[in-house]
Parts: sequence; C-alpha cells; structure tokens
Amino acid sequence: MTDATVSIPRPARQGSSLFKPDGRVKRRNSAETRFRAYGMTAIVIALMALVWLLYSIFSAGLPAFRQTFVTMPVMLDPAVLDKNGNRDPAELVKVTTVGYSKVLDASFVAAVEAAGIDTGGLTPKDIAGLLSEESAATLRGRVLADPALIGQTIEFTALAGGRIDGYYKGRVTMGSATLDSNVKPEQLMLADALRERGILTQSFNMGFLTMPDASDKRPEAAGLGVAIVGSFYMMIVVLVLSLPIGVAASIYLEEFAPKNRLTDIIEVNIANLAAVPSIVYGILGLAVFINIGGLPQSAPIVGGLVLTLMTLPRIIIPTRAALNAVPPSIRDAALGVGASKLQSVFHHVLPLAMPGILTGMIIGLAQALGETAPLLLIGMVAFVRDFPDALPGGLFDPAAALPVQVYNWTQRGDPGFVERASGAIIVLLAFLLIMNAVAIYLRRKFERRW
Amino acid sequence: MTNGILFLIVLALAAAAYVLARQRSLAAVEGDIKKLHSLPGHHGQTAFLFTAVPALLLMAVWLFVQPMAIDARVSGMIADSDVPQGSSRGLVMADVRRISDGLDTIVALGGMSEETVASMRADISDVRSRLAEVGVALGSNVGNSVFTAAKAYRSMASTGRLGMTAAVLALAVAGLAFGLARVRPEFRARNVSERFVIGLLIGSSLIAILTTIGIVVSLLFETLHFFRLYPASEFFFSTVWNPQFRGGSDLGIWPLLWGTLYVSVIALVVAVPVGLMSAIYLSEYASARMRAWVKPAIEILAGIPTIVYGLFALITVGPILRDYFAQPFGIGSSSSSVMTAGVVMGIMVIPFVSSLSDDIINAVPQSLRDGSLALGATPSETVRQVVFPAALPGIVGAILLAASRAIGETMIVVMGAGAAAKLSLNPFEAMTTVTVKIVSQLTGDTEFASPETLVAFALGLTLFVMTLALNILALYIVRKYREQYE
Repeated sequence: MTDATVSIPRPARQGSSLFKPDGRVKRRNSAETRFRAYGMTAIVIALMALVWLLYSIFSAGLPAFRQTFVTMPVMLDPAVLDKNGNRDPAELVKVTTVGYSKVLDASFVAAVEAAGIDTGGLTPKDIAGLLSEESAATLRGRVLADPALIGQTIEFTALAGGRIDGYYKGRVTMGSATLDSNVKPEQLMLADALRERGILTQSFNMGFLTMPDASDKRPEAAGLGVAIVGSFYMMIVVLVLSLPIGVAASIYLEEFAPKNRLTDIIEVNIANLAAVPSIVYGILGLAVFINIGGLPQSAPIVGGLVLTLMTLPRIIIPTRAALNAVPPSIRDAALGVGASKLQSVFHHVLPLAMPGILTGMIIGLAQALGETAPLLLIGMVAFVRDFPDALPGGLFDPAAALPVQVYNWTQRGDPGFVERASGAIIVLLAFLLIMNAVAIYLRRKFERRW
Repeated sequence: MTNGILFLIVLALAAAAYVLARQRSLAAVEGDIKKLHSLPGHHGQTAFLFTAVPALLLMAVWLFVQPMAIDARVSGMIADSDVPQGSSRGLVMADVRRISDGLDTIVALGGMSEETVASMRADISDVRSRLAEVGVALGSNVGNSVFTAAKAYRSMASTGRLGMTAAVLALAVAGLAFGLARVRPEFRARNVSERFVIGLLIGSSLIAILTTIGIVVSLLFETLHFFRLYPASEFFFSTVWNPQFRGGSDLGIWPLLWGTLYVSVIALVVAVPVGLMSAIYLSEYASARMRAWVKPAIEILAGIPTIVYGLFALITVGPILRDYFAQPFGIGSSSSSVMTAGVVMGIMVIPFVSSLSDDIINAVPQSLRDGSLALGATPSETVRQVVFPAALPGIVGAILLAASRAIGETMIVVMGAGAAAKLSLNPFEAMTTVTVKIVSQLTGDTEFASPETLVAFALGLTLFVMTLALNILALYIVRKYREQYE
C-alpha cells in the first residue's frame, strides 16, 4: 500500500503555504470571525436590553421625585371653620374638607389677584382648579392638629393639580389641554404666570416617600408611605422566620443528616420548591393562611408568611454551600479537643460560615422584597390609606407593599400614575441595590478562602 | 392577656429555668465542677429547652386550631333564613366575627356591661347602630340567630383564650419543674439537650416537606371541589374560556395553555440564541477582565423584580411594537400582545440560559479543547464540534429550566399579554395565560363556592404539574449526562 502512495504524484496545490491562506482557510477564518461577532452581538444585545430597561424606567420615573407646589398666604376664616368660635375639637372635626377647600380656594383667588395677573376670563372655580383636591385635606389636617391657627393667616404650601404638574413634566401640553375636559389652556397660562412670580414652584417631592396612596383622580398626592411600611413589616416577618428555620434546616442537612431516604426526599423537595412559580405560593397562602387559618386579608403577616415559605428554599441552598465551604479540619480539631458534634458546629463551623449565610440571606430577602404575584392573591391589592399600627399589632392591619403598589398604579386611568409607578420602581430598585451592595460588601470583607 | 405578653412570660420562665438549673447543679456538687457529668450551662440549657419549647409549640398549635374549631361550631348556629339570598354562610360568618369584635370594643370602652350584652337581643335593641358607633359598619340588619352566634363566638373565643393561657403556662411550669427535678451530678445534660436541639433542626428541615404537602393538598382539594361543580372533561377539552358571574361559564383550559406556550416559545426564541452565544463568548473568547464585568452585568437582569419587567412591557415595549410593527402592517392594534410579553420575558430569561450554560461549558474538560485545537481546528470549530456537543445535555437542561421559569412567570404577562382568551396564531394580538387567569379569578371579592373562583386552583395545579415536570426532566438530563467527564 505504501508503494502505491509513493507512485501517485502529490497534487501540487497552487499557493499552498502556511503564509498564503487558500480559499478554504479563508472561509474557515471568516467563519471564525463571524462566530466571534455573533457572540459579541449577543452580549451587546443583553447589555443593551439592560440599559434600555433601566433607561425607560428612570426616564419615566425620575419626575415623580419633583412636584409642583403653590405657596400662598391662607386666611383661616373662623366664620367657616369654627362657627361657634369655641375651638372645640369635637366641633372642628365636623367641618369637612368641603369647608376647608372653600377657605383655600378663596385665599388662592385672592393671591392670584394680589399678584396682578390677568386671568383671561377664568372663573374663580377654574382658578381654584389649579390646586390639587388633596390640599384641602392637608390644610384640614394641619388645622386640626393645631386649632389655634384658626383666625390667623398662615403660609401654606399646597399641591398643584395633577394636570398642572404634568404640564411642567411634559405630559400635558397646550395642544392636549384643548382636548382635555379636566384642564383648560388658560389655566396653564395662569400657571406659567404664577411660576414667573415664584408663587408656583417645583421642588423635591418628599410626600412621594411619606404620604399614603391617593384616589384615582389625584395622582399628584399619591405616595409610597403605606407601601414602604408594609414591605418593611413583611421583610421583618421573613427575616425573623426564615433566618432561624433556614439555618437550622441547612445545619441538619449538611452536618447531621444520615444518607437515607428521608434526607433524599427533603433534598429533592427543596430543589423543587425553589423552582415552583411564585404565584403557586400565593394560592397556598390564600388557601391555608386566609381560608383555613382565618388570618386577615392584605395583612403584612400573611404576606410575610407566604414570602417566608417562598424564600426558605432559596436561603437553604446558599447556606448549605457556606457550611460546606468550611474545611473539615476545623470540625476535626473541635472534635479532637472533646467538643460534641453539636458544639463543633455551633461554636466553630457556624461562625465561620456566617458571612456566606448572611450574604445568601440578604439576597433571598431582596428577592422576596420584589415579589409581586403571590401578594396579589392574598389581597394586598386593596386600596389602603391608613398606616398600619406599630409592631407587632400592625402586622395584622391592612397594608400595601411596594411592588404591589406599582401594579396598582399601572391599573389606573390617569397618566400621572405611570410616572408614580416608575418612581416607585426606582425606590424599589434603590432598596434592592442597597441590599445587594451590603451582601457584596459582606462577602468581600469576610469571605475566607481556605 | 395578649399573645405577646404570654410569649414573654414563657420566655421569662425559661430564663429562670436556666438560672435555677445551673445553680442547682452547682449546689448538688457543692461547687466542685469535676463531679458533674455535664457543665452547669448544659443543665441550664436543658431546663430552658424543656420549659420554652413545648409551651410555645402548644401555643402555636392552639392559635392555629382554635379559630377553625370555633368557626365549625358557630356556623352551625346560624339559621338558614338568616343567610341572605345571593350571600353565603362564609360571608355571614365574617359578619359574626365583626359583630363579636364590635361587642368587645363596646365593652372595652365601657359603653355596656357584660350583663347587658348577654341580655341583648337583635330583634329588640338596635344592634346595628350601636355597632356603627364603634366603627363596625354592617350591610344589613342583624338576624337574631346571627347575633346569638356572634355572642356564642365571643364567649367561646374568650374561653379559648383563657384556656390557652392556662394550658401554656401550666405546660411551661411543668417543664420547668421537670427540668429542675432532673438536675443530678450524673445526669447527662449535654447529651439530652443536644438530642433536643437536633430534634429541632430536623423539625426545621421538615418544613420544606410540609410546604410541598401544603401546596399539593390545597391545590388538589380545591381542584376536586371544582370538578364536582364543573365537569373535568369540559375543563380539559373545551376550547372556550368565558367565565360568567351568573353561572353557565365555559372554562376550557386550551386558550390559556395556548397563550402560555406561545409567550414562552417567543421568550425562548429571544433568550436561547442570545444567552447561549453570550455564554460561549464569555467562556471561550472573553478576557478575564471582560468576563469579570460582563457576567455580573448580565446577571443583574436576573435580580430585577418581575414587576419592573412588567412595567417595561407596559410603558415601553408594548407601545413601540404596536406603533412600529403591528399597526403599520395592519396586524394588530393593541399594545399588550403575545409578542410584547414574549420579548420582555425573553430578556428576563437571558441570564438563566447564559449563567447555567456558562457553568456547563466551563465544566467541559480543557483536554478536549486542547485536543481539537492541536488537530488544527479553529476555536469556533472547536466550540461547535467538540465543546457544544459535550455540553449539550446540560444546555438542554438549562433551556428547560428557563422554559419552566417562563411558564410560571406572572407579572410580565399580567401587564403585557392582555386578558382576552383566544386561540390565534397572530403574535401581535392580545392573548392570555394560565397565570393571568389565576390572578384575575382570585383577586377582588372572592367567594369560594363558585366554579369561576375554584377554577383558579385547577389552573394552579396544572401550572404546578407542568413546571415540576419540566424541572424534574431538566434535573434528570443534567444528572444523567453530567458524570461523563468526571
């Protein structure tokens, strides 16, 4: 056979040299370049998606942190607010927001006139329409807290109406105002005139973080106060329950569990539970905690319990990894000087694994904080304006939650709520960022490589 | 006595047990610690555990069981005539609970004495306005049997509370006495307390199993309830989904399953090429520096809550797809569509595909690559013909996990896919999914007797089974082929 090959003349390929690539090599090389380009494109697409997502949320949501306010002197007319003149709190309470809005509107019209602005034929009602309907309630709250104010003229900062606020954020234009029954172009011109004179100003919107939710028609007054408190309560429940239970379960499975059927079942179970869709936990919460357990709907305790069940498997997995990363020599040394197995774990392994456990715990909490679907099913979508009580009783009061508040706002008609929802997401992302940063810091600072 | 105070009392008793047992053990050997089998601290620990744990467990169980037991007994007392038309016993029970709470408030405020409450009758005194004064607004006048039930509820609840307090305190004191009685020099306190603690550890790990049982039982139970009201054959084979409040609904699962699968397929079409190619690039080509930056950046996508993606679909992707694709081509006019939800969900799933694939590609032994490169293959040929086939089972597993994630996803489809249940091929039309319908059937005022509500549990069970099957299949594939190179 070798003879035969020798006799055949080698096909002399034209230009076949390592230094001169032929067609086939060129094809292969360009395939290589293309393949790399595909990979690069994929990465760019993924990163662009991230940037696009964040950009769209931030550009829609940042305006929520600035709000238009109207500052003016308000004459608190005793003839309207306290007819009998005896400042009796029981009687003061009977004056509703209608009375206060009369006082407020009159003061505003007076302020506009005092500024010498040509209102262009707007009726006093239209002028007063620049103010949010919520500001009367704010004024009422302030007077009820301090009845001595009645009869005085106070400096009052009122929220401007949602459309006026939208005008300065580009949501409402002169063109759209002509078509909108809620706002007139003349009102926008009046707002511009007030702005020139410094009566109408824009400033940081603290109320967005502290006020409760507001009704459908008043996006300018809607805030995240109740939602932040509700989410905070739920996180406390999750932390208090899932940290001890999760760590105890992990210690058992990692350090004590014999290799038997039961252990196997538990391990497979935990792996599967981590992948169960979150909405199924919502169904579980509704069926078990609300229907059978008789706990109240929309209460942080139920949300916290559901999120705990959901978070547990997600905490157990990193906790076990952290325990597993502690070298056996530590355990051997402890056992060698007479510690029991339990002492070796609690006195030596657990403290060494703590940074890893805390990191996993914080990341699990961050996931729980952003979870929405299960909370929808246990009634957290309800409209809640009252802050829950202090802990622990407040756990059983109705409350909202940050991500659910976002969902709630997207379901409302007024376009002002899109801005609020995006702003709420910025707040949520800020919390998540802080939690993850703490987790990364802990890991960097305390992680030991053995 | 509130539960919080009871809890604190039990803890205080347990702390006392610790101190007492510790002193007692020292006293038993007159301070000569060498004569003790276990350290004084172990004796204290044992007494602490025996005092606190059984009492607190009893308290937890009691708190959970008492409302159920009382409900069962009280709801039997309500006459059928007092259950209004169109209402249900469950709603009347809610009234009973509120009346009873209202009576508590009245008595607490001193508006009425216990005797007056006991002699109060719904048909004589004006219960409704009396309750309204303390902030309990009732929809209609109170029927006599309802009011009697409320009074019974109230007395049972207070008896129950008293009983619980007594039982818990008795158990705690008994535990304390038992713990102290056992303190003797030769008592193996360390072993006993450690066995106790390990018992607690086992109990904690069983919570995982309890959760699974809870999920399966609650889903199965209500699903069976649903199938008694609505034929299973209709549910599984009908192609119409049209729930009606007044009965006569069509509750066929196919339109929902179709929407779910359609959205998931689009999501995978977006996520698999992007995720896989970026994983390949990162593991085979990228420098260590680039990897250190890009990998976490892509994983940020996995850490963003799904509500954020939902809003992104609603305010950005939906309108863009509608204005630039659907309307110019005349194939749709709604901003929520299968395409919107699918694309956004695809973005969400990218990191699941890429991270898992990355791990799996990295697990392929370097020797395989070296061999291929040494034979003259280019890096891309090595990837396509050597690394990829070797990693294929793992990659398939990763894709299946991503699919299970996509099927169970809720917020993106609730906000991006729409609510209309239909069987259509046009991806720019609004369709709906299983998860969307679970949310819409279970939110708001729900009553657990109608098939329209209970269908959500059947849908939940379907979802659970589907995702579980995908996960098990994925784990099976990964496990089966993983050992090839080890």
